Amino acid sequence: MTAIETPVLTKAPLTKARRSALTPRPKWWLYIVLTLGGIAMIFPFIWMILGSFKTTAEIRSNPLGFLPEAATLDNYTQLFGRLDFTTFFVNSAVVALFVTLGNIVFSSMVGYALAKLQFRGKRLLFVLVLGTLMVPGVVTFVPLFVLTSNLGLVNSYPGLILPFLITPLGVFLMRQFISSLPDDILEAARIDGASEWRIFLRVVMPLCGPAVATLTILTFLGSWNNFLWPLVVATSERMYTLPVALALYSVGQNAAQYGLMMAGAVVVVVPVLLVFIVLQRYFIQGIALTGIK
Amino acid sequence: MTTIAGARPARPRPSRAARKQTWIAWGFAAPFIILFLVFMAGPIVASLVMSFTDLTTRDLQTPFNVNFVGFENYLRLFDDPRFLRSLVNTGVFVILGVPLTIAVALLVALALNTGITRFRTVFRVGYYAPVVTSIVAIAIVWRFILQPDGLLNGFLGWFGISGPNWLEDTFWALPSLILMAIWRNIGTLMVIFLAGLQGVPKEHHEAAMVDGASAFQRFTNVTLPALRPTVLFAAVITGIGFLQFFEEPFVMTRGGPLDATLSSAMYTFNQFGFGNYSYASAASYVLFLAIVVLSLVQFRLLKRED
Repeated sequence: MTAIETPVLTKAPLTKARRSALTPRPKWWLYIVLTLGGIAMIFPFIWMILGSFKTTAEIRSNPLGFLPEAATLDNYTQLFGRLDFTTFFVNSAVVALFVTLGNIVFSSMVGYALAKLQFRGKRLLFVLVLGTLMVPGVVTFVPLFVLTSNLGLVNSYPGLILPFLITPLGVFLMRQFISSLPDDILEAARIDGASEWRIFLRVVMPLCGPAVATLTILTFLGSWNNFLWPLVVATSERMYTLPVALALYSVGQNAAQYGLMMAGAVVVVVPVLLVFIVLQRYFIQGIALTGIK
Repeated sequence: MTTIAGARPARPRPSRAARKQTWIAWGFAAPFIILFLVFMAGPIVASLVMSFTDLTTRDLQTPFNVNFVGFENYLRLFDDPRFLRSLVNTGVFVILGVPLTIAVALLVALALNTGITRFRTVFRVGYYAPVVTSIVAIAIVWRFILQPDGLLNGFLGWFGISGPNWLEDTFWALPSLILMAIWRNIGTLMVIFLAGLQGVPKEHHEAAMVDGASAFQRFTNVTLPALRPTVLFAAVITGIGFLQFFEEPFVMTRGGPLDATLSSAMYTFNQFGFGNYSYASAASYVLFLAIVVLSLVQFRLLKRED
């Protein structure tokens, strides 16, 4: 409004004083507010890590104590000894690994077809992908469980992995990225007589590094933190993933073992936090690309 | 596909090369399509069909005992006070949680974008960190923080306030879960808003400043209108996420006290646990409809923007 009516003024060379008014000086009180907010954001993590080195008795008797009085690794030895968190950790890792691999391979393939090939039914396929972007797991898990149990896959790795090998989000992301690659290089390869498979593997995929990085992070994270489906399909302890084990132990006889539960949370959260801090640029890029976690 | 105005020429027969490319393309899509049909499209349709039957866990071995019962499951659902309670809880969770998350995230994004020049990455990482963590693990930590003798009440005690038993109090339990959801989701929206703020034309700000507009006036008259589509988008994706809230009550309250935190997703899961598969499907479809409606509203609102 006003902006459009006064173009002359904005075009005029700015005096030094006015220029500095336009880029306001950083406000010291904002640093304080943001720092206090930041502390509130990360304090639960600090509390969790400190708590995992305390004994339950200490947490009981001194619930507000900050540093552990006598730091102990008991909680972790219990976790990996009595409670078999090694198995749960391996289960989570195996499932996340296969889910991520599947998503990379299948999303890239169909993403390439949608982005760069002309074929009948293309629009229908893309509409299907878009239409199911937002379908939540809570809608599909009941029939999915009936199907899985009829296939005899309850309590198995395939049962945990198969429903997540593809995600519409992954297809969407790869399709968007591959669309942005120039057609010329594909045409050049076609004129040289390369088959579409060869073009896909040798020309397109090597250029997809950033998209694959984002997809890897998003799917691995999604799988690592996934809860509802593993809770439904892993009915015996040896197939639990970390979140399932943690949730089920946290309400049973171990519920009051604060230190133990904190240590369990650490095992789930800290590896992810470390990866995030190292690769934070890619995480945030992923959110900005897709708008969906 | 191709729309040609005027007289319609006979549709050209696809050339051999085009037919070949169609085959190749479907080859690329085949693994996706198979998995999609079996594990995604199939269950979406099956869920709808099941919601009109009387399928229970006992029928898994004898599928021919299943009968169609019409809308009976849906009628029963809307007769069940617990289901209605779960709808109300979910609604409150969304209606309070979404605007609050947006407001806080917008303030943080504005502060990071214009107010400060240093340590931006540090703040961004800090505010984003909760997003990447498992809700289950974090819910356990928060459960301990919110205990009667936990960290929060201890902190309030310094100011002479004696806090309630947050998670066991029928009034405070749901707000406690909302608080945690806000904490966990600020980061996502902060990043989206930071991206959106890059799109606000600098010249508009400069012009408004030359006209003597205060910082607040510039926010309401320049920043906010330019950010409208971003805010809408944020509202919808957060709304869709919040409609499905499940882990928080599962770990922190088990839906209690007295169903004060029972969510629709949790109600569905419980019915599934009892073996009432068709009834659970009906409940999940009600939730699904709410999500579809929300998505459609988004499309309409965004279209009006263009």
